[in-house]
Amino acid sequence: MSDKPEKPRVGVYVCHCGSNISGVVDVEGVRDWAQEHLAKDGVVISRDYKFMCSSLGQELIEKDIKELGLERVVVAACSPHLHEKTFRTASERAGLNPYLTELVSIREQVSWVHTDKAVATEKSKSLVAGTVERVVYNTALEKLKVPINPNTLVVGGGIAGIQAALEIANGGFHVYLVEREPSIGGHMAQFDKTFPTLDCSACILTPRMVEAGYHPNITLLTWSEVMSVSGYVGNFNVTIKKKARFVNEELCTGCGICVEKCPQQVVDEIYEAGIGHRKVVYTPFAQAVPKYPVIDAPNCTFFKNGKCKACEKFCPTNAIDFAQQDEYLNVEVGNIILATGYDLFDARRVTNYGYGRLPDVFTSLEFERMCNASGPTNGEITLRDGKTKPKTVGVIHCVGSRDKNFNNYCSSICCMQSLKFAHLVKERTGADVYEFYIDMRTPMKSYDEFYQRVLDEGTLFVRGKVAEVTNAARAEHEKGKLIIQVEDTLIGKQRRIPVDMVVLSIGMEPRADSKQTGQLFGISCSADGWYLERHPKLDPVSTMTEGVFIAGCASGPKDIPASVSQGAAAAARVLDKILQKEVELEPIRASVNEAKCSGCRICNNLCPFNAISFIDDLAITRINPALCQGCGTCVAACPAGAINGTGFSNEQIFAQIDGILTLAPARSAGVGL
Amino acid sequence: MSDKPKFAMYWAASCGGCEISVLNIGEKILDVDANFDIAFWPVAMDAKYHDVEALEDGAILLTLWNGGIRTDENEHLAHLLRRKSKILVAFGSCATEGCVPGLANLSPVSEIFDVAFHTVSTDNPNNIHPVASFEVPEGTLTLPTLRPVLKTLAQVVDVDYYMPGCPPEPHQIAAVIDLVIQVLQGKAQLPPKGSYIGCGASTVCDECPRERNVKHITAFKRIQDVAPLDPNLCILEQGVPCNGPATRSGCNSRCPRVGAQCIGCYGPAEGVLDYGARLITAFASVVDAKEPAEIDAILDGIPDPTGQFYRFNLADSLLRASTKAWKR
Repeated sequence: MSDKPEKPRVGVYVCHCGSNISGVVDVEGVRDWAQEHLAKDGVVISRDYKFMCSSLGQELIEKDIKELGLERVVVAACSPHLHEKTFRTASERAGLNPYLTELVSIREQVSWVHTDKAVATEKSKSLVAGTVERVVYNTALEKLKVPINPNTLVVGGGIAGIQAALEIANGGFHVYLVEREPSIGGHMAQFDKTFPTLDCSACILTPRMVEAGYHPNITLLTWSEVMSVSGYVGNFNVTIKKKARFVNEELCTGCGICVEKCPQQVVDEIYEAGIGHRKVVYTPFAQAVPKYPVIDAPNCTFFKNGKCKACEKFCPTNAIDFAQQDEYLNVEVGNIILATGYDLFDARRVTNYGYGRLPDVFTSLEFERMCNASGPTNGEITLRDGKTKPKTVGVIHCVGSRDKNFNNYCSSICCMQSLKFAHLVKERTGADVYEFYIDMRTPMKSYDEFYQRVLDEGTLFVRGKVAEVTNAARAEHEKGKLIIQVEDTLIGKQRRIPVDMVVLSIGMEPRADSKQTGQLFGISCSADGWYLERHPKLDPVSTMTEGVFIAGCASGPKDIPASVSQGAAAAARVLDKILQKEVELEPIRASVNEAKCSGCRICNNLCPFNAISFIDDLAITRINPALCQGCGTCVAACPAGAINGTGFSNEQIFAQIDGILTLAPARSAGVGL
Repeated sequence: MSDKPKFAMYWAASCGGCEISVLNIGEKILDVDANFDIAFWPVAMDAKYHDVEALEDGAILLTLWNGGIRTDENEHLAHLLRRKSKILVAFGSCATEGCVPGLANLSPVSEIFDVAFHTVSTDNPNNIHPVASFEVPEGTLTLPTLRPVLKTLAQVVDVDYYMPGCPPEPHQIAAVIDLVIQVLQGKAQLPPKGSYIGCGASTVCDECPRERNVKHITAFKRIQDVAPLDPNLCILEQGVPCNGPATRSGCNSRCPRVGAQCIGCYGPAEGVLDYGARLITAFASVVDAKEPAEIDAILDGIPDPTGQFYRFNLADSLLRASTKAWKR
C-alpha cells in the first residue's frame, strides 16, 4: 500500500432522518465520537442534523466546505441510492469535486436492521470510521459525456409497449417496436371485456395497434426477437432476428385467401389458449397488426412432406415465399424499453383443482377466449362439449398466487377479473355464480363500485381457500357435477358446493425466459423473476442499467391502466434522455494498467457490457471507458492486479476495512499480528 | 581485512537453494570477491555470531538474507544483521513471502513436532522428542525454539529491497550484483527503498511464448493426465492450473517454456496483496459452467487449493496463518 497522502480536512455529518435513524442510533454519540476519535484521520468537524437532506442540512455542509476549507465530506444517513446525488451536488455547489463526498448508510444498514441501540451505535461508528479512512484516498473525478442516439428500441408489443412506442413516436423520434408473435396487441388482444368499465378490449386496443402499425416514426418488427445487445446508454447496438414469415410483406395485401385455402388446422395454444384452432398459415386474429400472415413451418405440410403449396397456388399477388430465410437486422438506439409482459401460471400444477383432468375446469384465459365474440365459441359460455350451458359456475381466486407452494405474491388483477367473469356469466347465461376468495382486493378507481355491483347482481361469495375440485360425488345431488370442497371461514364450516363449471383465476408469472432476457439487456430479476426497478417507489420504470427501462408487467403484475401509465412513464424518461442530447456517465470505471497487463486474457470473456477488447498487436487488453459500467468483475478477476476500478482502489478498500475494524474487540484489546 | 565494502549472506528457515543459485552465477562470483569483503556467509566461510556483533552498526554494506523467520535464533540474527547492514535485501521466496516453510503456518508447533517425530513415517523407536534445553554434566545445552508461526523478513525487521524467486534466477542475481557494483562506482543509482529488484513488474504470461485465447475451462487436470500437451498453446487453456497469469515476471517463463505449468515461485505481481485470492478469482472467472454441480466437479480438479494458490506466499498473504497456529 502506498503512503497515506497528507491528511485532507474531513467533515462528518450524521443524519437523524427524523426518528428513522435516531430512534435506534445515538446520533449525538456518533457525532461526538467522530469528532474526538477520528480527528487523527483528518476530521475537523462533526455535526448532526434532523434531516441532512433538507435544504438547511445541505446548506450546513456547503457552508462548512467554504468556511472550514473541507476537502472531504462524509454523510452518515440513508442508502447512497437515495441521496448520494443530493450530497454530491451540494458539495459541487460549494466548489468541492462531488466524488470527494461519500455517503454511509446508517439507516438501511443499521437503524432499520437492528433493535439494540448500543450495538447499532457502535456499528454506525465503525461504518463512519471506515468511510472516513477511505475517503482520504478518493480522487477528484470528472463525468464522461457521450452523445445520445435519438432512436429507441421497445421490446414487447403489448399495451405497455405500444403506449411507450406511440408516446416517443408522437414526440418526433424514431422507435423500433419488436414483438416475437406475428401481431402486436399482447394479452389485451385476447380479452373480451375490460374491468371495471366493461368496455370491449379490442375496441379500445385496436385503434392504438393501428396507429402504431402505420406511424411514420415506428418501425414495426413483429415475428422478431432481439438476439444481442451491446453498448451503453445513448449508444446501444442491437441485433434483431426477423424470423422468416414465408410471406413477402412487399407483395402481401392481407386478403386472407391463403388462410382460407390452407387445408391444415392446428390447436392455437397461444392466442386461443388451446381451446380454438387456427390454420397453419395464419394471422392470430382478425384485427392483427401487421396484416401479413405467417406460415407455421413445423406444422406446414409443404415443409414436412414437400407437397401442398395451396397457399402459394391461390395467392393473388405471389406473396408466398417458401425460400424466405431469417433476416438479421442491426440497429443503433440510444435507449431501450422492455415491456415483455408476463406468462400465466400453469394451472396443472395445482393438481387438486383438476385442470387438465376434469374437462369442465377452465383457466381464466380460456374463459376470456370463450366470452370473446370472435373466440372459438363466438362468445357462448359452454362446457367443454361446446354446447351445454352451465347452470352453476364456481370461480376460484388466487390460483398459483398468494400460495406458499407456488408464488407468494398477489397477482393483483385476479379479484377484478373474477368479478368480471361473474358478471359475464350472469349476463349471458343467468347461471348462479360462486366466487371463492381469500381476500377481496379492489382498491383502484371504480373497482370497489364494480364489486358492489356484482354483489347486487346476486353472485355468491365464499371466503376460503378451495381445498379440492372433484367429480367424486358423495350424495345424489352431487352426481355429474364438479364439487368444490372449501372451508367457508365466515361461517366456520366445511362446504361442498356442486357446480357445472369451474373457472380458475390463474395468476401472472414472469416470462419463462425472463432471466435470459434480463442477461441480454444487462438487468436483474428479483427472486420471483420480475425485473428489478431502480427504486420500487421513486423510480419504478428505470433499471440499474442506464438507458434500459421497464414498463408494464415485466416488473410485476399490473392491470391495464397501470401498464399504460408505465409505458407512458418509460417513454417520458426516454424522451428526457433524448432531449438532453448527451448523457453524463458516472466516472466509476475500470482501466487497464498496460505496463502490468500480460495479455493472459483471463478477463476477456467476463464483461457483461462488452467493454473489454484484446489488442492482438500489443498482446494486451483494453477497456472502453464509455461501455464500462464500473461493475468491477474484471477488476476482481485480473490475476496480475493490472485492472484498476476507479473509486475502488486497493488503498480505498483496505483503508475502509481498517476503519471498520477500529472498534473490533481484538483491535481494542491490542491483539493483532 | 581490506577496506572493500562488506558483504554478508545469511540463511534462516530455507532449503539452501538460494545459496546454490548465487553460486550458479558462475564467474560473476569473482566480481563479488573483487568488489566486496565477505564479512559473514555461513555457507561459504566460517564465521561466528560474535564476529558480527563486534562490527559497528551499519558496517556491512549489503546483506542478502534468505529464509523465513521461524526460530528465536532466526529472529535474533534478523535484528542483528539489520543493525549491522546498510542495505538489507530479502533474498528469495522464503525471505520475501515465506515460501514452502510458510505452509507450516497452517499447523500449530505441537502438530509440526508430532508429524516430524511421532508418525509412522518416522523411525523413532525411543520416542525421542526435542526439548529447548537439556542438562548434561558439562552444563546446559540449548536449541533454538520455534515461534508459533513463520514470518517473512519484513514482518520482523525493516527491509530495503525484495528479490523474489525460489530461488532467484542466476541471471537476475548477476544483474543485481552488477547494479550494486555500478552504484559503488558512482555509475548508477539505487532504486527507491522497498522496491522489488531482479524481476519484472508484469506476470509470467508476459514472457511466455505460448498462444493465448479467451479461456473456457471445463476441467482442471494434472499435467501428466494431458497427453500430449500442446507445445504452443497456453497451458491454462489446456486445463492444467498454471499460475503464470498471477505470478511476477522475471524468470523468463522457464517452466511454461519447457512444458511445465508455473507454480508461482516469483510471487504476486507488483501491487497485489494476496496472490492466492487473486488467482482463485481468476481461475473461477474462466470456469465454463453454469450448474453448481458442474462447477463443483470442475473445482474438484484442484484437490489441494492451499498448495495450488498459496504454496509460496501463505506467510505473506492476508490471512498469514491458521487460527489454530496463532493460538498455539
